[in-house]
Amino acid sequence: MTAMLNVKDLRAYYGQVQALHGLSFALNEGSLTTLLGANGAGKTTTLRAICNMVRSTGSIEFEGAQLGNRSTENIVRLGIAHVPQGRGTFTTMTVEENLQLGAIPRRDSKGVVSDIERMYDHFPVLKQRHTQQAGTLSGGEQQMLAVARALMLRPRLMLLDEPSFGLAPLIVRDLFGILGKINRNDKVTILVVEQNAQLALELADTAYVIETGRIVMSGKANDIANNEDVRKSYLGY
Amino acid sequence: MELFTNQVLAGIATGAIYACMALAVVMIYQAIDHLNFAQGEMAMFSTFISWQLMQWGIPYWWAFLLTLAFSFAGGILIERLLFKPLAKAPILTNVAGFIALFAIINSVAGLTWDFTIKQYPTPFGSSPFLGSQLISTHQAGMIGVTVVLLILLYLFFQFTRVGLAMRAAASLPESARLVGINTSWMIALGWGMAAAIGSIAGMLIAPVVFLEPNMMGGVLIYGFAAAVLGGLTSPLGAVIGGFLVGVFENLAGTYIPGVGNELKLPIALALIITVLVVKPAGLFGRAIVKRV
Repeated sequence: MTAMLNVKDLRAYYGQVQALHGLSFALNEGSLTTLLGANGAGKTTTLRAICNMVRSTGSIEFEGAQLGNRSTENIVRLGIAHVPQGRGTFTTMTVEENLQLGAIPRRDSKGVVSDIERMYDHFPVLKQRHTQQAGTLSGGEQQMLAVARALMLRPRLMLLDEPSFGLAPLIVRDLFGILGKINRNDKVTILVVEQNAQLALELADTAYVIETGRIVMSGKANDIANNEDVRKSYLGY
Repeated sequence: MELFTNQVLAGIATGAIYACMALAVVMIYQAIDHLNFAQGEMAMFSTFISWQLMQWGIPYWWAFLLTLAFSFAGGILIERLLFKPLAKAPILTNVAGFIALFAIINSVAGLTWDFTIKQYPTPFGSSPFLGSQLISTHQAGMIGVTVVLLILLYLFFQFTRVGLAMRAAASLPESARLVGINTSWMIALGWGMAAAIGSIAGMLIAPVVFLEPNMMGGVLIYGFAAAVLGGLTSPLGAVIGGFLVGVFENLAGTYIPGVGNELKLPIALALIITVLVVKPAGLFGRAIVKRV
């Protein structure tokens, strides 16, 4: 089985500072993978490098296409939806406009309309607030909106950067439940970066642990969750 | 009372022009966070193009439309050639770029069409509007064209895909790229539209101020005043600011002793400074509702 996303020897730089030191990993189609690690380990940078939002070298291949020379917007147009840290909500626009923006690359306006309805079914709270300025939503609602906006692309691959950040534990459970459903029902491959390792390992099937810009551990999420040494030394629970 | 009504209506008519200039300035400010000091010169140059086309025998409205297209393309070209390379440059580099653009356009216009004052036609005529002595048909035309333009722009930004994408690119460029919007082209499009809007202002005001390379100097200052008054982050504010400045300018010139025609311009500058000191975001500057 060939991987959907194949990352080889990825190195990324912020000015003179090197943030990733030769990362290699692969995502299988339909998988739900989590990238774990402490603050500053390079998780966000990895996601940003995939979308060419940070200077990097190495090879990133998505369904046979090299991403290295493409602009961020062209990478997104290949079907890679990225929910950034801080959610990237268009706060001055309405909830519905945010959803429409998620589908901007699509040409099938009928499909977009029906997908917006589908999102309202997934996330009823968004329907209640569809004419409201997105900036007035609570943190949890904004995270729902960010996930829904990403799904509006009908992505093949979805990248999520710390979706649990700043949310109450109950809401995080909700959200992760929805992510699992999207992965299973809509056949969207998901890569989720998390600090909340325990929850992420429950959700994911595969896990990578990253420390100071290097992958130090990889395997089935179950195995990593059950390995006490790994948990203590890298995941801190 | 008739004098008052007359001055208010005349103010609304010139205010329409200030509103267009302010809108053009705000569009570019939203896209690249800089004030386009050359906006007036771009409008002046467009107006000369339309004049030249009419000299060649092309009827007014065809010349008008061709000038819009020329200005739109010219705006995009200026952005691609001059300001795209400066996108990451420090603010003063950009300011220097705008001043250079100002000087170049002004000189090229002077070189091509010389600096003598030219008559510019109005398609509306200048008889009293509907037999009333309060406002001329040209003034009514200025207001009418501006209102139509504003409605079209509103529809474009509110109800089209590209309009939505442009708004997104202006408000949050990084997020916009992450939903697949080519923000760089959105900026170029903003320049093109701003240039076209400015050219409308130029062509409408030319019969009033006469056509010459420095015709837009004063107009642009009022446009800046309007944009600052309404709030540089608010297109609607810029438009309302334009009308307010137009009316204010006329009333001040009429009723404040000693202002007259000569001191109208300092009034605009005083207005800019007052707004910046008292309410820097302007009347309609973005008040983001945010829950943390």
